[in-house]
Amino acid sequence: MGKISLTKMEAGSEGSVTSIEGGHGLQARLDAMGIRPGVNITKVSGQFMRGPIIVRVGTTQIAIGFGMATRIIVEV
Amino acid sequence: MKKILLMGNPNVGKSVIFTRLTGVKVIASNYPGTTVEFCKGCIGSGVTKVDVIDAPGTYSLEPGSPAEKVAVALLEKAIEEKDTIIVNIIDATNLERNLNLTLQLLKKNIPLVVALNLWDEAKHIGISIDAEALQSILGIPVVPTVAITGEGIKELVTHLANAKTGEYHYVDEERWHEVGRIVNKVQIIKHKHHTIGERLGDLTIHPWTGIPIAVASLFFLFFVIRFIGEGLITYITDPFFDSLWAPVMMRISMLLGSDSLLHKIIIGQLIDGSIDFGESFGILTTGLYVPFGAVLPYILAFYFVLSVLEDSGYLPRLAILLDNALHAIGLHGMAIVPMFLACGCNVPGVMATRILETKRERFIAATLMSISIPCVAQTAMIFGLLGKYGARGLLPVFVTLFVVWLITGNLLRLLVRGESPEIFTEIPAYRLPHFLTLMKKIWMRIYSFLREAVPFVLLGVLIVNLLYTLGVVNAAGRAIGPLTTWLFGLPFEAVGALLMGFLRKDLAVGMLAPLGLTMKQLIIASVVLTMSFPCIATFVVLLRELGIAGMIKAGAIMLCATLLVGGTLNLIL
Repeated sequence: MGKISLTKMEAGSEGSVTSIEGGHGLQARLDAMGIRPGVNITKVSGQFMRGPIIVRVGTTQIAIGFGMATRIIVEV
Repeated sequence: MKKILLMGNPNVGKSVIFTRLTGVKVIASNYPGTTVEFCKGCIGSGVTKVDVIDAPGTYSLEPGSPAEKVAVALLEKAIEEKDTIIVNIIDATNLERNLNLTLQLLKKNIPLVVALNLWDEAKHIGISIDAEALQSILGIPVVPTVAITGEGIKELVTHLANAKTGEYHYVDEERWHEVGRIVNKVQIIKHKHHTIGERLGDLTIHPWTGIPIAVASLFFLFFVIRFIGEGLITYITDPFFDSLWAPVMMRISMLLGSDSLLHKIIIGQLIDGSIDFGESFGILTTGLYVPFGAVLPYILAFYFVLSVLEDSGYLPRLAILLDNALHAIGLHGMAIVPMFLACGCNVPGVMATRILETKRERFIAATLMSISIPCVAQTAMIFGLLGKYGARGLLPVFVTLFVVWLITGNLLRLLVRGESPEIFTEIPAYRLPHFLTLMKKIWMRIYSFLREAVPFVLLGVLIVNLLYTLGVVNAAGRAIGPLTTWLFGLPFEAVGALLMGFLRKDLAVGMLAPLGLTMKQLIIASVVLTMSFPCIATFVVLLRELGIAGMIKAGAIMLCATLLVGGTLNLIL
């Protein structure tokens, strides 16, 4: 168990979002897509060279830019 | 009730429902952000006539992109006017996220009906939703629909009369909690293992497998376009024009007498005593051959491939794989959507830049595409003109344009101030394109080409002939010619084509055919024509989307880039 950012998560692993390190704007954008503290999130894959991170939340797959993903803290 | 507003998350099928309700055909695809502007239609007739408005998709009522702002503004107007009901379209395969917006709408105290769309797909992947339970919890009608086949649309229409403001009360902070509670009550998910399709789908986004697949499929699609396009020209349009249309034209030519002005306008010049559809330049010869003989086959081929690509759901995946590359030009991955559309026609391309969040991104994307992406009509004509030299003639044109795209994009990234946010997009499930829907969509695009482009081409031929006869083209050639000759190595006569570029670029490329240019000159002229001023239709949307100041800036960049690149090509080729 440990808290890490989404970018450090291993592809294929699952975790629970603990916090979003960002302002209201970022939180609102993520929230609208269903990414918020307490939600279970599965990392599907990353891309080369700090490319977008792909996650699954519920039944939705979402691509998140690398910078944004570093602000999503997950407990695995 | 006077109006119906369709609202919902992106990519839930609002546009398909809109078409089902109104019969008005709008483009629908499998990626978030197909609709960037609202579209109006109506159902019923006479006194019971009701306007239906298709709004762009939005995840919440706090808009991010301009397309989302359009949706929220429409809602606000509807609330103010008190004469509208909202049909909230929900993706049944993503109930939780979609209900988030539904609950926000419920707070607005406006009559609502919910359409639970993609009902079949939800069942297919093992999700079952108790629509009646959902209806009684929310206190508004909930109708399961499969928009693509029309299932449930009748019921939806019947339930419009029962639209209610709903009596679901909750505190805003507790919204997701409420959503969760509702979902637990109405939805059962049968746990399923990954299907083979999903596994294959995953391969297309994992970097090690995804990038080779992307490169292979883009090459494949390019060859499909070329194969269909050339096939149609060789076996259908060319034989038609040569053996059926040419004799008719020769008859008319004899009737008119080859010296009359009317002959010049209708038939054009006879080349060695016969009609050459590429070079004669009459309204009924070249004027018809360019749009129907040379361009239409490629329009068909391109939009077939693009539509399959759009409806399959592959575009957002391509966007993820290319995200890094697009960062180099100050954009993010989703910018490939407008870029792809621009390859068909720059007008929808510029419109689609509305899916990008900031003004900076939209300026970069719109400027870049109007400089370095030729529309399919122009590309078809370039193929026709340089195709006989093979890759030796074609590659320099398209490689140059690609390099210009990269370099200009890079410079714009450094010079244009403002923000470029990162990619943040839903990746829709892969779907097998629905055949009839696909055909209708391709037809819509062909029809809009026929309606909007063909009259311009015919008008263009008329204008060219009149201007030649009046000596205007020659005068312009003498005035600007020395510059084009010195800088681009193009003869005086090519000036006419450059000027025509403002009206129709395909016709402008066609005007190069009778000039007897060398391969080098054709390459330079093709590049210069693509890069220089946008055609009038693109100019109008650019002006609307960028504003006057933005248009002036974009225009200045275009002009500088054209002079620089044309001049350089003339030196190095």
